[in-house]
Amino acid sequence: MKKYVKNFKVVDNIRMGDLYGLLKLAPIDGIMPDMLPGQFVQVYINCRDTYLRRPISINFVDKLRNELWILVRDAGKGTHHLLQVQRGDILNLVLPLGKGFSIKQGGKILLVGGGVGVAPLLLLGKILKEQGCLVSYLIGAKSKEDLLLIDEFAKYGVLYLSTEDGSMGEKGFVTQNKILQSDFDLIQCCGPLPMMKAVAKIARERHIDCEVSLENMMACGIGACLCCVEDTVSAGNVCVCKNGPVFNTNDLKWEN
Amino acid sequence: MGKLKVSIRGLELKNPVMTASGTFGYGEEFADFFDLSRLGGFVVKGTTLNHREGNPYPRMVETPSGMLNAVGLQNHGVDYFINNIYPRIKHIDTQIVVNVSGSTVADYVAVCEKLNDVENVNAVEINISCPNVKQGGMAFGTTCTGAETVVSAVRAAYHKTIIVKLSPNVTDITEIAKAVEAVGADAVSLTNTFLGMAINVETRKPYLSTITGGLSGACIRPIAVRMVWQTAHAVNIPVIGLGGIMNGRDAIEFLLAGASAIQVGTANFIDPTVTIKIIEYINDYMLRHNIDDVNDLIGGML
Repeated sequence: MKKYVKNFKVVDNIRMGDLYGLLKLAPIDGIMPDMLPGQFVQVYINCRDTYLRRPISINFVDKLRNELWILVRDAGKGTHHLLQVQRGDILNLVLPLGKGFSIKQGGKILLVGGGVGVAPLLLLGKILKEQGCLVSYLIGAKSKEDLLLIDEFAKYGVLYLSTEDGSMGEKGFVTQNKILQSDFDLIQCCGPLPMMKAVAKIARERHIDCEVSLENMMACGIGACLCCVEDTVSAGNVCVCKNGPVFNTNDLKWEN
Repeated sequence: MGKLKVSIRGLELKNPVMTASGTFGYGEEFADFFDLSRLGGFVVKGTTLNHREGNPYPRMVETPSGMLNAVGLQNHGVDYFINNIYPRIKHIDTQIVVNVSGSTVADYVAVCEKLNDVENVNAVEINISCPNVKQGGMAFGTTCTGAETVVSAVRAAYHKTIIVKLSPNVTDITEIAKAVEAVGADAVSLTNTFLGMAINVETRKPYLSTITGGLSGACIRPIAVRMVWQTAHAVNIPVIGLGGIMNGRDAIEFLLAGASAIQVGTANFIDPTVTIKIIEYINDYMLRHNIDDVNDLIGGML
């Protein structure tokens, strides 16, 4: 899949609470590159406190409006600055990067997201639904305010929610949600590392295939610097940016 | 268009812009972004005799105007390069330089002997300056004796151009440069990364798995420019300048300091097309300053 360095215009910056923002971006030249769910972009942040680009998941591609959506959490200097962009500002992206989630042609799929990790599951759910899959979403967050884009997810699958404080959905972690006891052909997961490891463990015990999306610290995003490596069963250290960010958990050397 | 061609003792570059080892993969990673044949040359990832897994994650952290890395020469070994990677890149009409590293002198020699017969690789860059490996690497590059030992052994074994990549982590880089010139190096490239370190004060842990790592990026540029200027005055062989070059202006600065060619490193991560912009900038600069031949800029500080 061909990669580009491309300028996008900020069409909208929809703030969601103090910590999150949904940026809707349109390519200046009008040509949206092809991308797959689970791939990511490297955003150039024009700010004196940052040096490298920031990798951000592709949240959604709105083909009708020719918009690329990225969901951003204020997690540090770079993302904080990124969330300040205004409608009309220009962002320079390198995209699309990495290998995304596998796309099943039918079957029961559970998409598990935690916090801002829900981002890639929106486009994934849409594509899976188009492929005839029966999609369920299990989405977890600390609190009601951290459950993002719920109405959007509801368009593509059945929603199951968990919040740690019980303010919405089941109280507790996603791993305690009853839906995880149902049968699925595949679980695809993105969120904090401890959550993904816990979901992978349940999937393994129940003999369900499981894919996770990693976010190791990276510099180049294109497999040149070899900084973001993950140790795999099949090939030892591989770049998360190029060979991932999505991995089948059978290939990861996660303990337990 | 002015004359951009430069020569590194027999290694002809169509322009002075190369890419630095470890920042440009094997070239292929950048092929989507621009025509690689526009480059003066590119230096492929550090290559060792045998496969190396490199250091454990985490291997990088962003620092003010730069980054620390501790990759540790992860690569599949020279045979894999020759059999699997080289066939895919050999058609690219530019100079392909292989960066060579080893734990022992015999390792360097063995890798270079294998590269002698690789048709479209006309130079090796001997890495005696990697700060991220326990054995060899920088240990050879921080003493004149160590540097001489490696380079004289490689000189006896390798028949094409030998560039020696120098470590800045020394008291006087010109002494090392003179030592390798005396035993047959065709050129020196400098600088490799500066040994650095960063600690996460919240967790009280180092950011890198190896604790220390190599600092690169714009933050090192003034030190690298100074070292290139000093070295260019100390030796008669060409100097290839690198260290924090982010744009065309920075590249010109290195040429003026005495570099016959330059390498772009960390900037490739931020803008994969930066090298093309640098070539275009050099051309525009020459027009603006009525300079017909880029060689007239080398060491041209007034």
